[in-house]
Amino acid sequence: MSAVSTSATSSAATSASGEPLVSLRGLSKTFDLSPPLLNRMIERKGKSFLRAVDGLDIDIPRGKTFSLVGESGCGKSTVAKLVVGLHAASGGKIRFDGTDLTGLHASARGTYRQRIQMIFQDPYASLNPRWRVRDIIAEPLRSFSITSGRAEEQREVGRLLEMVGLSAQDGDKFPHQFSGGQRQRISIARAISSKPDFLVCDEPTSALDVSVQSQVLNLMRDLQAELGLTYLFISHDLAVVDFMSDYVGVMYLGRLVEAGPAQRIFEAPEHPYTRLLMDTVPDITMARRDRVAVTGEVPNPITPPPGCSFNPRCPLASDICRAQSPDLVAREGGTRVACHAVTGADGSSGRPGAAGRAPMELARGVA
Amino acid sequence: MALEVFPQSRIAAILKSDIFYRFRTSYVTVAAAIVTLCIVMAALLAPWIAPHDPFDVSTLSLWDSELPPVWVEGGDPRFLLGTDNQGRDVLSAILYGSRISLAVGFVSVALAMVIGIVVGLVSGYFGGMVDAFFMRIADVMLSFPTILVALLVSGIARGALPREMHDSAALIVLVFAITVTTWVQYARTVRSSTMVERGREYVFAAQLVGRRPLAILFRHILPNVMGPVLVIATINLAMAILIEATLSFLGVGMPPTNPSLGTLIRVGNEYLFSGIWWVVIFPSLTLVALVLAVNLLGDWLRDALNPKLR
Repeated sequence: MSAVSTSATSSAATSASGEPLVSLRGLSKTFDLSPPLLNRMIERKGKSFLRAVDGLDIDIPRGKTFSLVGESGCGKSTVAKLVVGLHAASGGKIRFDGTDLTGLHASARGTYRQRIQMIFQDPYASLNPRWRVRDIIAEPLRSFSITSGRAEEQREVGRLLEMVGLSAQDGDKFPHQFSGGQRQRISIARAISSKPDFLVCDEPTSALDVSVQSQVLNLMRDLQAELGLTYLFISHDLAVVDFMSDYVGVMYLGRLVEAGPAQRIFEAPEHPYTRLLMDTVPDITMARRDRVAVTGEVPNPITPPPGCSFNPRCPLASDICRAQSPDLVAREGGTRVACHAVTGADGSSGRPGAAGRAPMELARGVA
Repeated sequence: MALEVFPQSRIAAILKSDIFYRFRTSYVTVAAAIVTLCIVMAALLAPWIAPHDPFDVSTLSLWDSELPPVWVEGGDPRFLLGTDNQGRDVLSAILYGSRISLAVGFVSVALAMVIGIVVGLVSGYFGGMVDAFFMRIADVMLSFPTILVALLVSGIARGALPREMHDSAALIVLVFAITVTTWVQYARTVRSSTMVERGREYVFAAQLVGRRPLAILFRHILPNVMGPVLVIATINLAMAILIEATLSFLGVGMPPTNPSLGTLIRVGNEYLFSGIWWVVIFPSLTLVALVLAVNLLGDWLRDALNPKLR
């Protein structure tokens, strides 16, 4: 325990260094979907597990945005819930500012709760419909005893509302009197009210109109610059990710298939799955180009395919892909890729440059 | 600040609300509300508005017994709805009787609601063993007919308590019997709504800032599950009054010395065929009017709070 408290107090010292604010090591979450014991005995069925997140390694530097992308059901939202502590991890570590949160007792989590907040996906469900907006935003203030006294609390709530582009008088209203975009602003005001360092944003704009999305995203970027926030941004919308991110991680069936600097991933995606995703982004320059549509569906995660979990949909799949699960291998430009076809079957880096382009042509050729 | 103008704006908000509009435009509901209000007010004010005190034996006179209502030949203007075989004023007995019926109804509904809400919230939120424990108890309760359980409870109470306490404890026994049989409905309803609310993001947000489960249950979830509870409570109020009347009619409820509407009907029933119809008809009409009016209010509330019917 003493080690925990020392590292917590030394946060100011480490913040100056290049150490990432958040780093996930081998983070895993397994859900037990087994029927009750009695049913298992009668129906003679075994236990069944869902590996929602499987050995995730991610570093998020201070003041930067790391985006997780992937199709529905790939475990993105589970990662968000693991990081903020809504789910307990089944394995691995979540290091936040030098402290492993997974080993922390609930009572010791207090200060980290204040420093890690979350913006939710559904602006209609994330605000309690029976509460006034000022009470919603003041809840973290009260829970963490940030303000003393009602007057100070009201001032702070007014300031936060104005910070996210609403007016201080809006605090008297109820959530249903606001539009989706305004509600998401309220949600953001609540998230930053406890003065967090780290915000987990679980698809914060996917429930909004396109015109409103950009306003909310701009607000989030402004706040990041102003407050020095670090974001874990979760989305399935690559255009949004491109706009927001410094780093990108692509997830497939609970595993990271490719991760690295956003620019690099968007310019030269290597993993066949990342390429398929990139091809779905509408772009004026791509208008007349043949596209490889993402075909097939995500396999049932309870019974994932053997080997690389992408192999049933992969245009480059070979025998080794069906037998052996690829590990993440460091590549040129700071990215990591988990693909036998890209990195070479033996797991070595293969031929840099040549191998980097070849699979793309192959993928196109197949289509 | 804005807090001072709050009460007025709240009244204005109620007058402008959809629910009030639905109330205002439904004549049946308005009539039901007026009837309920009249009976409740009359019962509350019974000691001041009743023409006689039916419990004051010294004012009773056998000369006045079995007088018909005032509009029937031989009626006495002192006794508007006539008198019973001991010379008690039927109108006064009804006023005092509905007092007891309503008291039993309101208290048992309030108790059942509190127990049901707490059990439902805890079961729905925590799930697992806690949930299984409470819900199996609820299943057992549901497998008995309400009247049977009520009869059982009052039978046990009668056996356990000394004879002289029977009458004084009758009210408590009735309330207990009705509460025990009706809390399950609230618990089930609240549990299922809680299970839905528990997965909503506003609950996650509250968990994230470290709110304790009790604070989340009562400050966040409870206000969002109260709608259906209020509907059940209204309909159950009518049901509780009926159960009380049934038990009293069967002779295991309120004693004739402190009669509720049900007791009045039972006592009057014995004289029905001797031509003294007013002793049983008027308490029965009061009971019918009260239960019908409360039920209509409950129906309206259910429709008004149901978003699908808006």
